Amino acid sequence: MTTALNGEELAKKIAEAVPGSVVSSDKSSIIIDGKSLLQVAEHFKNKLGFDYLTAVTGVDYIDYFEVVYRVVSMQHNQSIFLKARCYTREDPALPSVTPVWRAAYYQEREIYDLLGIKFEGHPYLKRLLLWEGFNGYPLRRDYL
Amino acid sequence: MPVKTESFYLNVGPQHPSTHGVFRLRLTLDGEVVVDVEPIVGYLHRGIEKLAETRTYTQIIPLTDRLDYLASMTDNVAYCLAVEKLAGIKVPERAEYIRIIISELMRISSHMMAVGFYLNDCGAFFTPVLYMWREREKILDLFDMLCGQRLLYNYMRVGGVSQDLPDDFLPALKKFVDEMPKYIGEYNQLIKDNEIFLARSKGVGILPKETAVNIGASGPVLRASGVKWDLRKMDPYSIYDRFDFDVPIGEVGDCYDRYWVRVLEMMQSLRIIEQAMKQMPQEGPVIADVPQFFRPPKGETYGYIEAPKGNLGFYIVSDGSIAPYRLHIFPPTLINITALKDMMVGWKVADMIIIFGSMDVVLGEIDR
Repeated sequence: MTTALNGEELAKKIAEAVPGSVVSSDKSSIIIDGKSLLQVAEHFKNKLGFDYLTAVTGVDYIDYFEVVYRVVSMQHNQSIFLKARCYTREDPALPSVTPVWRAAYYQEREIYDLLGIKFEGHPYLKRLLLWEGFNGYPLRRDYL
Repeated sequence: MPVKTESFYLNVGPQHPSTHGVFRLRLTLDGEVVVDVEPIVGYLHRGIEKLAETRTYTQIIPLTDRLDYLASMTDNVAYCLAVEKLAGIKVPERAEYIRIIISELMRISSHMMAVGFYLNDCGAFFTPVLYMWREREKILDLFDMLCGQRLLYNYMRVGGVSQDLPDDFLPALKKFVDEMPKYIGEYNQLIKDNEIFLARSKGVGILPKETAVNIGASGPVLRASGVKWDLRKMDPYSIYDRFDFDVPIGEVGDCYDRYWVRVLEMMQSLRIIEQAMKQMPQEGPVIADVPQFFRPPKGETYGYIEAPKGNLGFYIVSDGSIAPYRLHIFPPTLINITALKDMMVGWKVADMIIIFGSMDVVLGEIDR
């Protein structure tokens, strides 16, 4: 059984390793500050053994965008949700985790395509499903 | 006198028999050797994630059929499991067993298509596929008995399945399970040691273990690279912890291993079906008492299963209304094709077709 780690306990360790990175945490997830996302991702992969990134997705909560990463450690069979938020609707941006986990390559492109969140440092940030020149970002709540 | 050469582009697809749908590969070639690969997807994009926001939880089930259309039942199961997790619905025992039997039949059917069309790409044009189709037809007939549909079933419901098994289903299933090992033996006799097939697939398109994990590959593609990771074993959902089965893995992660892992998985699926038929309760309800419109509590959930092609997940955010606030589909094949460039560069165009065929890609799932 994959153990879903307790976000609150893990958040304390992360806050020690990368100071100022944890915004808040709850039972299943940790909300990471966008600026230190890449550093946290590296820490998760290299120090904690979370080598396998599965789902990456974005949600438009109107007040903010939330990008969700589900990372899994194959060795210890554990999983945790990492989240990062963007509070602006004009040009929201987050650092890309593709250099750490290549699994994010297409999923970040998809989020850029459908929600309009820019991933800085992505090797090839182009629209994935819709064509270049498509107007707007369909998965935003205000898209009609 | 030195000859001036330069690389050139070649478009494969979107309409091309080897792409298994509408998929485009933009190749940079140096003579016949692949230098760069850029997969271009989106030709089948129907906006299912956006459509789902304006439909009730039950109305979304037919949409999930259209994801991986060669394994619709498992898409249904994955979605229903996620909603049940979100709303805290308990599925009746008999329905759980029906779901397991159906999922494993679907896995056999999907793997048969994968192997058959892979052989097609290898140049054995449509002879092996017809052998596979012969048995797949029997599975489709079984599904036809269940719900009257052969391809897009809409059979699962939140809280169970739409109707109980008909009386003649289990005897027909028993006959299929008894006969199937013989047919798999027949396939192996035809394919496994065929010298041309071995020459074309052994050592071609190797996906190393580390790369497979790093790109987040799943399903037979990951296991062929030697990683023992099957969600049915590692994180048993539904009632998979009650069955005894093995997880076959490959040795090097070449095209041959990806083919062979699928064949071995078919045998394991048959084992699971046999056990499920023995353990299944004879009677009982097949669907929990779920109203037509229900309001799951506010919150989010991620439900996932080991679909035939890999880890299929549904991330659902609920705002307490009768429709999801956000539905995200995590498709295994989109993630698997991240590795195409690593696998194809340095091989010839003819091998490129084989490498792509061995990935078992379905575009309905990639484009959503």
